[in-house]
Amino acid sequence: MSVDAKARYAQSHEYARLEGDLVIVGISDHAQDELGDIVFIELKEVGKKLERGQVFGTIESVKAASDLYMPLSGSIEAVNDDLQADPALVNREPYGNGWLIKVKPNNAKDMEALLEAKAYASMVGEE
Amino acid sequence: MAGFAGYDMPISYPTGAIEEHGITRRSVGLFDIDHMGQFEISGPSAESFVSRMVSARISDLRVPMSRYSLLLNEEGCVLDDLFVYRLPKSWWIVVNASNRETDLAWLKSKASPGVQIDDRSDETYMIAVQGPKAIQLLDALATLPVSATERFGWCKTEITGVPILFGRTGYTGEDGGELFFPAEKALYLWEYILNRASELGIEAKAIGLAARDSLRFEAGMPLHGHEISTSINALEAGFKWACDFTKDFIGKTALKAIATRGLARKLIGLEVSGGVPREGYKVADNQGRVVGSCVAGMFCPSVKKYAANAFVEPGMANPGTALKVIIRGQPKDAMVVKRPLYIPAYRR
Repeated sequence: MSVDAKARYAQSHEYARLEGDLVIVGISDHAQDELGDIVFIELKEVGKKLERGQVFGTIESVKAASDLYMPLSGSIEAVNDDLQADPALVNREPYGNGWLIKVKPNNAKDMEALLEAKAYASMVGEE
Repeated sequence: MAGFAGYDMPISYPTGAIEEHGITRRSVGLFDIDHMGQFEISGPSAESFVSRMVSARISDLRVPMSRYSLLLNEEGCVLDDLFVYRLPKSWWIVVNASNRETDLAWLKSKASPGVQIDDRSDETYMIAVQGPKAIQLLDALATLPVSATERFGWCKTEITGVPILFGRTGYTGEDGGELFFPAEKALYLWEYILNRASELGIEAKAIGLAARDSLRFEAGMPLHGHEISTSINALEAGFKWACDFTKDFIGKTALKAIATRGLARKLIGLEVSGGVPREGYKVADNQGRVVGSCVAGMFCPSVKKYAANAFVEPGMANPGTALKVIIRGQPKDAMVVKRPLYIPAYRR
């Protein structure tokens, strides 16, 4: 499994990657592998303001449904509409075209509360 | 891996559940189903005993034929579903892993003198080879071609020196068969079939439990504990066709009474939009009144739909009826559809 060195990670396996003044949020390669084939994704609408730890959507794999948690507080600026037709994008390109939402963070410094790539990799047992 | 009736079984192999499903629909899937139980019933009274125990007609079952049937309790509810094979000197009964012990105890409790019941499960291994190229593959490997065997027929053959009872049955909606053979040859035969398929240029892969479930679900086949169980009677589950009311069988009296007073609920198929329906989710009408619940549900890879099987009030069971499935508190649009979603190969 791969880890995106440019991203930070939540304990609940969402990643957050700062690009300009927006944060790209998705799930890690490790998480998609654990979930198995992803068959459905439901995301909150653009404009929604959410606190860190609040649910921003649900991801359903062949096995089960899992909630998705905000890695940091902010408002949803974009959702990845391509996932409606092809949810397996998250399996194939979790850090690329399989991103979930773009967040305008309340405070970009909140990124620092998340795990660095190396720490996350060791948490999931992948060095 | 998942625990299943005391066996450790893979939910999916590294191939992934959806691709495993696809391979079985387009070429060949190999299923390690050693967890299935096998009983051999013999003795002078074996035929009348088997006939009384199972719901389907077996009096016309000749060598080399097999038939799908239900094992019912006195209430007409489903202890198990099984296959009955007519062997030259005995009856070969194939049952579900999770019910093996209770089935055996039930059969033994009903057996009269002149009936011998032997549990052959431990010494017998079972591999299913399923898919449009399964028969072609097995023909290339077996000493006696299996293609000469009709659907629900069986034959004895040999693959790489291993004696095999081949039944042209399965649980996927595809052509193919199920192989019974001595358990100590399991790994050898499993690897031999996969290697020979590769040499022959026939795409074949190992298939896990998740794809086994989605394949059977699309093809409209029941899974015990879901569409059928000891709290579900054969008629509400839609299995009148598997009951021979011209003979005596355990559960018949109860089913006749149920038929007279009318069904309280019926098994239906639902197509759902806006979410994945799953077991236990409630089904409601457009006014929000709960009219039933889902017993199975998933994304169906071949028909590319989210679908459920549910028990609902009979008045809500007609195809085309608009209903809702409550997914995490949200009512999602659903429509009653004809089952199965995927027409099995042998019915096309």
